[in-house]
Amino acid sequence: MTPQDPGSQSTQRPGTQSTQNPGAHSPQNPDTQGPGSRALVMARIRRALADVPRAETPDAVPVERTYHRVHGDRTPTETVDLLAEHLADYRAIVHRADAPSLPALIARLLADRGATSVAVPPGLPDSWLSAVPDAVRRVPDTAELTPHDLDAVSSVVTACAVAIAETGTVVLDAAPDQGRRRITLVPDHHICVIRVPDQVVDSVPEGLERLDPGRPLTWISGPSATSDIELDRVEGVHGPRTLEVILTGSPAGPETAGQS
Amino acid sequence: MSGTHQATYLGMPAFPAAADASTRNTQLRANLRHATHTIRAKRATAVAELDDWSPLRAAGAAIKDRTLRHLDHYLEQLESAVTAAGGHVHWAADADEANRIVTELVQATGEREVVKVKSMATQEIGLNGALATAGITAYETDLAELIVQLGDDLPSHILVPAIHRNRGEIRDIFAEKMAEWGRPAPEGLTDAPADLAEAARLHLREKFLNAKVGISGANFMVAETGTLVVVESEGNGRMCLTLPETLISVVGIEKVVPTFQDLEVFLQLLPRSSTAERMNPYTSTWTGTTDADGPRTFHLVLLDNGRTDTLADTVGRQALRCIRCSACLNVCPVYERAGGHAYGSAYPGPIGAILTPQLRGIQSELDASLPYASSLCGACYEVCPVAIDIPEVLVHLRERVVEGGPVSIRGTRTVIKPAKGHAAERAAMRAARWALDHPRVLRTGQRLASRTRRFHPRRLPGPGRAWSDTRELPKVPEESFRDWWQRTRGESGTEGRKTT
Ligand code: SF4
Repeated sequence: MTPQDPGSQSTQRPGTQSTQNPGAHSPQNPDTQGPGSRALVMARIRRALADVPRAETPDAVPVERTYHRVHGDRTPTETVDLLAEHLADYRAIVHRADAPSLPALIARLLADRGATSVAVPPGLPDSWLSAVPDAVRRVPDTAELTPHDLDAVSSVVTACAVAIAETGTVVLDAAPDQGRRRITLVPDHHICVIRVPDQVVDSVPEGLERLDPGRPLTWISGPSATSDIELDRVEGVHGPRTLEVILTGSPAGPETAGQS
Repeated sequence: MSGTHQATYLGMPAFPAAADASTRNTQLRANLRHATHTIRAKRATAVAELDDWSPLRAAGAAIKDRTLRHLDHYLEQLESAVTAAGGHVHWAADADEANRIVTELVQATGEREVVKVKSMATQEIGLNGALATAGITAYETDLAELIVQLGDDLPSHILVPAIHRNRGEIRDIFAEKMAEWGRPAPEGLTDAPADLAEAARLHLREKFLNAKVGISGANFMVAETGTLVVVESEGNGRMCLTLPETLISVVGIEKVVPTFQDLEVFLQLLPRSSTAERMNPYTSTWTGTTDADGPRTFHLVLLDNGRTDTLADTVGRQALRCIRCSACLNVCPVYERAGGHAYGSAYPGPIGAILTPQLRGIQSELDASLPYASSLCGACYEVCPVAIDIPEVLVHLRERVVEGGPVSIRGTRTVIKPAKGHAAERAAMRAARWALDHPRVLRTGQRLASRTRRFHPRRLPGPGRAWSDTRELPKVPEESFRDWWQRTRGESGTEGRKTT
């Protein structure tokens, strides 16, 4: 047990913004005995755990991690293939392109959807949109962009942080080439470019290892979907109805492979 | 929602009476049966894909046990990390306090409307009712929760709360009610699921784009980093978590896990157990606030509301491992017949039968009857991704109902008498009898796992004892209850009788 005064606020790190706000424990009304409740709940917890030996540390409770880091043994190419397969299983549309053909593919996918505007993260490589005609309005991702503005945008093009083959998941971490979380949410069409094989890992444990918990993360496995009506799966309830993924890499990737 | 908050499900009849009513509702039962069987089969396939399911499950249980045994330590760590990341942490000892905190936080923004992500914790405390009393409208944005809200109804399943409604009913609810809450349903709305989803999209988008305050729960909170995690499918979660200026998350204190790495276990266990997918479409994580990306203000309300009392019970404590996947509901023969509403709380099915009487106590007739809402067939334990031995806790709670004993009530150790004497005994008796009188309930249960064999009712525990003492119960070292039932009662007799 932590031998700490349950009512103490000393656990808050120095230099934090919010500690000067006493309302952090009791909003507005100082009579709501917020700090009192913290002490109360902590005291209840300590009483409830009377059976736990005082000397026991959290680490003394064994957690055996005998589960696999990875399920199966794959070459990098096989891992990328598995990613493609699992993305397609959940209705993402998968394309492949080598570096030179990437701009043309992006331009074609936008044109196929009749996109008149595209949201652009600040750090997206310039070349990616180089083949998109000027008539397609670029909407830069800035703090001034409101949800209403975004609602009028047709498509969005982003990179990703990592992709997980076993689950068919792409993870965005709001880095400059991905932009704020909202730009991949409000427009109805998301094109996500994954650099293969570098950005692809096999498993969830490998994926987490690469991610920074301090950044906001969005894990995406296929387009938005619901099964709430008689368990019939319907795509596109609130997020993008269409998720297109482009696997792009230098190692002798095939030319544009089109939809899978 | 009808009635006042907190009282959401109060005034419900005890389980057997409510269950008896729902088993007479053929529509409900047909919907439930279809749904639970479909999810059950899909889940088995998704789980079979991972050949390390059993070590994953053991790790999930162990991580939760570690957390629970040192909950004070992890909550302090969590509080520091959330605060350091720019969030505000509040503590709520009970439902009223949580509701008051949230209401005041919303009032401080000057807003009168909030958008909500589906959350069991806010269901449990009756937050929507409390907000309504204060003149604040809470919009549920999960499609199923929307159906429930518009239909002035209650959720009946953890994962698919409107599982008791079919497409025709949903169409009628949308056509009739959407206009009262905002954008009306399109003219000539059909009952095709795609059309219904589109109607919901249009109706809710208006809300998302204008929302200034979002309210959520969380599936996990990481002590080490202060990271919160919401797992979902539709994207309504992402909308509520990222578009508003203020985000308020109400989370049970048991949802904490020690490290970011621990998510590798739960993000494998949860989607496969819940929606039977390799991964759910969207998972969002956030740590405090981030400049210009997402809400500028983040409040975390840590909720006790009976959790510490549950923690104090060394047998019942394991119920706090629950990650709300709903797998136990889908395999439970009693749930399949009775439906979620019969359990009278936000937590239906086997987990509800052990969690609710611990969170709320067993003072009411309904709560005292819940430990009897089971055939003890063991299927719930088999599927539980964090290995909660639900039958063990059920038997333990039955004893408490009949014999009383030491418990913790709002943090105070006390010894209770047998629950409300005759009333509770009658309720429990009726529940036991109800299960025994519905042979198909027992028969469709999965075969008893050998490890649950010790729960075979030589004498029924609790109030059932008097009943079982006057009847010949099986000597069952080998035989399952189900097989025994079939052998002694056979296929004919009551088996074929109509319950409608
Ligand atoms: S008790 Fe287990 S199976 Fe049931 S909802 Fe909780 S985690 Fe899932």
